[in-house]
Amino acid sequence: MHAANRGDSAAYERLLRAIATAVRPVARRGLRRAGRATADAEDIVQDVLLAVHLKRHTWDASQPISPWIYAIARYKLVDALRRASSRQHVPIDAVADTLGAADDARAPYARDVERGLERLPQGQRMVVQTIAVEGASISETADRLKMTPGAVRVALHRGLNALAKEFG
Amino acid sequence: MHTEELIRVLGADQQVSSRSTAGWLALCLSVGFAVSAVLFWMGLGPRDDIATAATTPRFVLKIIEMLLLATAAAMLALRLVRPAASARSAAVAVGAAIALLVAAAAIELVLVPSVQWSAKLVGSNSRICLTAVPLLSLPLLAGGLYALRSGAPTRPGLAGAVAGVVSGASAASLYALHCPDDSPLFVVTWYSLAIAGITLLGWALGRHVLRW
Repeated sequence: MHAANRGDSAAYERLLRAIATAVRPVARRGLRRAGRATADAEDIVQDVLLAVHLKRHTWDASQPISPWIYAIARYKLVDALRRASSRQHVPIDAVADTLGAADDARAPYARDVERGLERLPQGQRMVVQTIAVEGASISETADRLKMTPGAVRVALHRGLNALAKEFG
Repeated sequence: MHTEELIRVLGADQQVSSRSTAGWLALCLSVGFAVSAVLFWMGLGPRDDIATAATTPRFVLKIIEMLLLATAAAMLALRLVRPAASARSAAVAVGAAIALLVAAAAIELVLVPSVQWSAKLVGSNSRICLTAVPLLSLPLLAGGLYALRSGAPTRPGLAGAVAGVVSGASAASLYALHCPDDSPLFVVTWYSLAIAGITLLGWALGRHVLRW
């Protein structure tokens, strides 16, 4: 995180990957205990990653980072369970279908961010998708979408804030 | 979206919010306080004998009590918007500010003959106190909640309630300039009741607006 705050994005991505790995079993366990499909765990993992990213200024750099991460993970897990209990239950067949469909050789897949992405304004969605799917850098994205790098950065940051709101 | 894709997007976003939550809270509360102060001057204004009152210990004490409570509660709010941060020392500070209110009232009971107790407690102004303090709190509460949204309260209702204490105590310190009742017995009863009301409102609002 120290490296990330200095702008080392490779170190930051390593940290986020480690957080995803640490949070995933916590999310699964929480869902199982609540009697819910563990397929939803990845939605919680991604929600936690977004929150860690957007709230990283609330970490006190003089304190160890893992209690901060687990506190966020717990909050997001409880929040997800609470929202789910007020939501309509999905028939089990539909869950089974998506389970099969999501069983992809690549990294785990989640639907909530995808849904949030569909609701973003066109410009923000294009920026997020170009970086996510094609792995483009800020400057490559700027070239491809005929935007300035500054505008790409702003659209990206706004888009991530909007995605996080979709969860709340 | 695949988690690996999301991580790539997050890695590309280098914008860290640079302002500290403490500074942001101070700014938003100051704006709220300015609005409340204008409302106070338009609606009530300081009492006529403010110059003499300002030299009496009871008048000074009630303002200090409210400012201490507001400051301690603001410190606590800042702890509550940091996940996993220890809030103990700030909570102790809030407890101490409340204990001061109670201790002052207890000393008043000793200093004042018992026949005057109920007159001191009821005062002459409790209805205005119960109306003015909550109303003057509203701009402060709005500013406080708005600022705390940049943090990450894992207990949004609690953080909202503490924001309510901050705004209620700050508003009470303004109202105290008007209020002719300086007895700690009056303060501990009516000020506390008014602040409790706005604390409840802060809790109810916080549960919704401070979620993230």
